[in-house]
Amino acid sequence: MIEVRHLQKSFGPNKVLDGVSFRIENGESVAIIGRSGGGKSVLLKHLVGLLQPDSGDILIDGENIGPMNERQLLRVRRKFGMVFQGAALFDSMTVAENVAFAFRTQRHLTAGEIAKRVAAALEMVDLPGTEAKKPAELSGGMRKRVGLARAIIYEPQIVLYDEPTTGLDPIVSDSIDKLMIRVRDHLKVTSIVVTHDMRSARRVANRVVMLHEKKIYATAAPEEFFTSSDPVVRQFVDGVADAKECLI
Amino acid sequence: MLRAVINSLVKQRFNYVLSEFGQIAFLARDILVSLFTFKITWRDLIYQIYSIGVKSQSVVIITGAFTGMVLGAQTYFQFHKVKMDTATLAVVSVSLCDELGPVLTALMVAGRVGASIAAEIGTMRVTEQIDALRTLATHPVDYLVVPRIVAAHLTLPLLAVEAIVVGIFSSYLVCVHILGIEPVYLWENMLKYTHDVDIVIGLVKAFIFGGIIALIGCYKGLTCGLGAEGVGHATTEAVVYSSITILIANFFLTLVMGKLVGLL
Repeated sequence: MIEVRHLQKSFGPNKVLDGVSFRIENGESVAIIGRSGGGKSVLLKHLVGLLQPDSGDILIDGENIGPMNERQLLRVRRKFGMVFQGAALFDSMTVAENVAFAFRTQRHLTAGEIAKRVAAALEMVDLPGTEAKKPAELSGGMRKRVGLARAIIYEPQIVLYDEPTTGLDPIVSDSIDKLMIRVRDHLKVTSIVVTHDMRSARRVANRVVMLHEKKIYATAAPEEFFTSSDPVVRQFVDGVADAKECLI
Repeated sequence: MLRAVINSLVKQRFNYVLSEFGQIAFLARDILVSLFTFKITWRDLIYQIYSIGVKSQSVVIITGAFTGMVLGAQTYFQFHKVKMDTATLAVVSVSLCDELGPVLTALMVAGRVGASIAAEIGTMRVTEQIDALRTLATHPVDYLVVPRIVAAHLTLPLLAVEAIVVGIFSSYLVCVHILGIEPVYLWENMLKYTHDVDIVIGLVKAFIFGGIIALIGCYKGLTCGLGAEGVGHATTEAVVYSSITILIANFFLTLVMGKLVGLL
């Protein structure tokens, strides 16, 4: 279970999050949506301890990770897998080495067992037989799939997706959505997806959280959220720029 | 008005330098904690020894050879006036062991390895690879910094020895075959005036310089700004700061070790 209480974060004079609070139960699939630069990725990075809050609490299974140092956080992070916006694959390594990275220090696993797990993870993301390729040889969609394989190979409880479909064509985006659903259903993980792709949010999530003006503005089930008559929600869902932005 | 602006700029710069020192101290603390708690991966260490040590050899050999030859020729030009030709190699040997070997090796390695460490880690930072490491429950200091620090500490003394040996040998060749100095007296004088302590001083200096190069390179990479410009700045600063630190540290090490071995 993840609980965020009164989270505040600023970068210099720029306040990004101002009193964000929400709770995510085990097994839930939550889409966090909001404007570009609105603090969605910042919020996601707080959940896994990549950023430290200025104030507020972040509880992972009841444990406040805010005051933890980097070494204490390593233990908590074993519960998480994260897929980055640009995949963040280690470009000096092959696909197999990337996917197996989490087992680098696991001395109880033999090389054969690791290879088997890598093959299974790559099979799950529909990329069998790509073990020997380097990240530079892969397309954007393939890189994200490898990133997903790397995030799920050690069977984490929570998978975080940072804009998984950004920059991909609709067909590849659709395949990534299907993968996220497959991972959610097969591995029974809690999924948190930061996105501004409304189609993806509608398909993947069973709850949508909207971040607006540095706070949680709305939270609802997808069917309720996407039929909301709230003007702010409507404007975002329909993708309508207001008059001021049209001038810009 | 102008004075206030200058004061503010000086204060800003002072705070910046202090904060840099503070952050380097925190990084050094993390490295120590990691060294005492983390079982270093041999594979990573060996790769770094190859990357820092083996790949730097050509640069170091050329530096050592030409420094030795120039030093031999210049020393001969002066010593020949006072009929001390056969002391030439002794001067070359002591200079290379105590100062030029470790310092020039460190400066050349700072240019090659310091820049490469800062660029590699800096690129990893701007492409979120360091965040990816952290989410995979790996401390960046354990995985990226410690193997580089240990490898630099181990390889710099070996590279310095290589530069010294090549420098003395090439100087010997110049002295004997070009300048026509009697080889037996040349060699005997070198052995007579070069002491064990000179070699130890050179090795200790190279060991410390190795740590300086890797520490500053890693620090600049880990704290580099975003984008290509950030990586560029980090790379330049890594080379400049480590070169300056090596020169300053060399002066103090010379004084401290001179005192310790009774030269002062």
